[in-house]
Amino acid sequence: MTNSIREIPISQGFLVIGSNTTENHPVIGSMIKNEVINKGKKLIVVDPRRIELARYADYYFQIRPGTNIAILNGFMHVLIKEDLYDKEYVKNRCEGFDAMAEVLKKYTPEYVAEICGIDNPQDIVAAARLMAGLKPMALYYSMGITQFVSGVNGVKSTANLQMLLGNVGVAGGGVNPLRGQNNVQGACDMGALPVSYPAYQPVASEENKAKFESAWGVTSLSTKPGLTILEMFNHAIAGNIKAIYAMGENPVMSDPNQHHVIEALKSLEFFVVQDIFLTETAQFAHVVLPARSFLEKEGTVTNTERRVQLMHKVLPPVGEAKDDWWMVQEVANRMGANWNYKKAEDIFEEIRKVTPSYAGITYERADYTLVQWPCPSQDHPGTQFLHKDKFSRGLGLFTPIDYTPPAEEADFEYPMVLTTGRILDHFHTGTMTRKSKVLDENVPEGFVEINPNDAQNYNIENGEVISVSTRRGSIRIKARVTDKIKPNTVFIPFHFFEACANVLTNDALDPACKIPEYKVCACRIEKIQA
Amino acid sequence: MDTITLTIDGKKVQGERGQTILEVALKNGIDIPYLCYHPKISKTGACRVCLVRINGTMLKASCVEPIVEGMDVVTEDEEIVKIRKFVLELLLSDGDHNCLYCEANAACEFQALIQRYNIQEVKPSPTRIPKEIDYESSNALRRNENRCILCGRCVKACREIQVSNVWSFAERGSETHLVADDGKKIGESSCVKCGTCAQLCPTGAIKFQTVIGRGANWELTSIPSICIYCGVGCKIDFYKNRSNILVKAMGNYTGPNNGHLCVKGRFGFDFVHSEKRLKKPLIKKNNVFEEAEWDEALDLVAKKLSEIKEKYGSDSIAALSSAKCTNEENYIMQKFMRSVIGTNNIDHCARL
Repeated sequence: MTNSIREIPISQGFLVIGSNTTENHPVIGSMIKNEVINKGKKLIVVDPRRIELARYADYYFQIRPGTNIAILNGFMHVLIKEDLYDKEYVKNRCEGFDAMAEVLKKYTPEYVAEICGIDNPQDIVAAARLMAGLKPMALYYSMGITQFVSGVNGVKSTANLQMLLGNVGVAGGGVNPLRGQNNVQGACDMGALPVSYPAYQPVASEENKAKFESAWGVTSLSTKPGLTILEMFNHAIAGNIKAIYAMGENPVMSDPNQHHVIEALKSLEFFVVQDIFLTETAQFAHVVLPARSFLEKEGTVTNTERRVQLMHKVLPPVGEAKDDWWMVQEVANRMGANWNYKKAEDIFEEIRKVTPSYAGITYERADYTLVQWPCPSQDHPGTQFLHKDKFSRGLGLFTPIDYTPPAEEADFEYPMVLTTGRILDHFHTGTMTRKSKVLDENVPEGFVEINPNDAQNYNIENGEVISVSTRRGSIRIKARVTDKIKPNTVFIPFHFFEACANVLTNDALDPACKIPEYKVCACRIEKIQA
Repeated sequence: MDTITLTIDGKKVQGERGQTILEVALKNGIDIPYLCYHPKISKTGACRVCLVRINGTMLKASCVEPIVEGMDVVTEDEEIVKIRKFVLELLLSDGDHNCLYCEANAACEFQALIQRYNIQEVKPSPTRIPKEIDYESSNALRRNENRCILCGRCVKACREIQVSNVWSFAERGSETHLVADDGKKIGESSCVKCGTCAQLCPTGAIKFQTVIGRGANWELTSIPSICIYCGVGCKIDFYKNRSNILVKAMGNYTGPNNGHLCVKGRFGFDFVHSEKRLKKPLIKKNNVFEEAEWDEALDLVAKKLSEIKEKYGSDSIAALSSAKCTNEENYIMQKFMRSVIGTNNIDHCARL
């Protein structure tokens, strides 16, 4: 997030696009609801599913999956055409406006409504006018913007809109991606990425190579960017990747095109997994090392608003389970390293030295105060919102972006569109929530949401087990007939291994950031003949 | 910001315009008893326990009375004590408060005030109506409305914090009672089980199902940590009993969640006690996992990775780090892959 959770009361309105906030980030969802329902703030929601927030929205757009860019361009078209954008801000703080405006010309409300499947183009005009009057308006998004082959462009479009409205670098505004895991922000910050060292310092740079060689007392660090998860699996099948070391990940459940992932894991010469359970993925390992759960260890995590917080040891470890860092250190030392970290804080002190944005954060500050990176020194208060007065790169860059269709569109053979996501009571691959009594009782099994029109056409009853197939696989799953979902579209949560959405999903990737297109693929639903 | 100076119990204190006497008193360490007030919801002014005397004359509910320059507040005198006792006795006579059977025992704000003001057993009120007991309908919350003092915290928690508007009061006078939705049982209502009402309830009227049989309140210890689920990073006070079993999760008021939690953050942690947890290293031999000692397992991992690195080169090895692990663990994993293995093949599920 460019901005902070505590700024929600300052925002005059919200654009929520591609985020089912009340189910997937419920605490933030409630804060937004409080502003909208109890204080009369404005809300615009864009989502293929009629999510809870849609009920309270001033304008709700039930778009076809994968058409975010078109509708964002549509809003911007109106703002420019009607001269409603923040001209002062655009002039002083941004560049690239003319090129973008040129591309936006064709995104008339009628053209956009056609692409997105919206009945009334005038709603796009009205919503854009409303946005122009909200000073500031915060934009919230999640994987409903990013998990497309056009994911990077989707993100840039949200930035285009917020800059056009003058909402970046101001309290209560911002472009606010909601991170889906408690430390996905931190894992990225720490350089658990194939292209960067901690704090996003590129591995391809000779200067960074020298810096980390000196910090770590090693020579010959590689300047060749590594592989992303899905590339690793492709290369495993091709025979180039021979061993994988997995710490707390469950790609068999979480990655698209499950059959492909399993094939990759089976083709490895050596596969080691550290986890708290024998997950679907760990089944394929040669060695499994028992890890401590989050309640049994100490360490820091960084939330969606860049806030670093300290986790405490609440419970004693189970059996012989060990800290993940301890296991990696033991393996490293057996391979010739000479590491001597005694506790998590020793590692954090090293992190501070090589991660400029974390340099001023200590365990004490993380535990007792509110501190958000960038925090370059101990007397620095941390950063509540980014891009104040000027952007990190100087001027905010408008990027001309055209709508591009998803990798796979509905056709004669696969006439429906499948989209996937999470639900309130479960989390990610279900490893934890399905072993929690209350949550498991609340939603014990998977389901597919089908619009009543489609249900009627296919003669499907609510609760009936049906078959859902794509070019990658087929599953059996219970139908949940609901007008929450758009006609010709179905939704499946991916938490349930016995009705696994990722058997079906497409592993087509965004060319820039390699995110898979979980949110849209062509599918077919069929009644199972008795 | 306008600063206002006033006197509370002879002590000069300062507050900001718009603050109430109770807020300023609490901030300055001056104890005024209260029941319906809670810092995270709007002011109610219903219970009248927080009455104070202003300028030697009038009595006002300090939770709703704004501070004024030069105000002289007395938080307790003979008459105030008498009124507080009377209010508490009325509340007591209108319910069924037997702490022996109550899971809130020792963590009950009402009980604490009954003891503070040395209230003895009172006769049941003649207008008292037995109210709903529902220990069954929800797997998350249990209710005994005979312990309800109608403070309204649960109604406001659901309206202003969770914003689901499940709870409200029905009827009037001695017949006033709490209803979920339009009179449904809580388990059949639109409740999403965030548990905020139970966290704020000052008595045992709404409590968590999960506390039953896991130890009395005074046996519990609490340690704060951060939720393992989504990226909001809610801070949670985890309560455990003497056998190290988790009993309840309460939202911590200093975290980004400001005390609030969702159903996962409230009830989603018993997986740590699961029988299925891994307790020993496992090595697959002849396609079957066998338990191994740490040294054997770690030696094997190091040997295999060294062999593969030697034979196929550093870039033939890859690692999946984790958005579920700490910063320290992710840092160590990428340092290991880069400096020991010699590759940048490291990623995690950021995109997934």
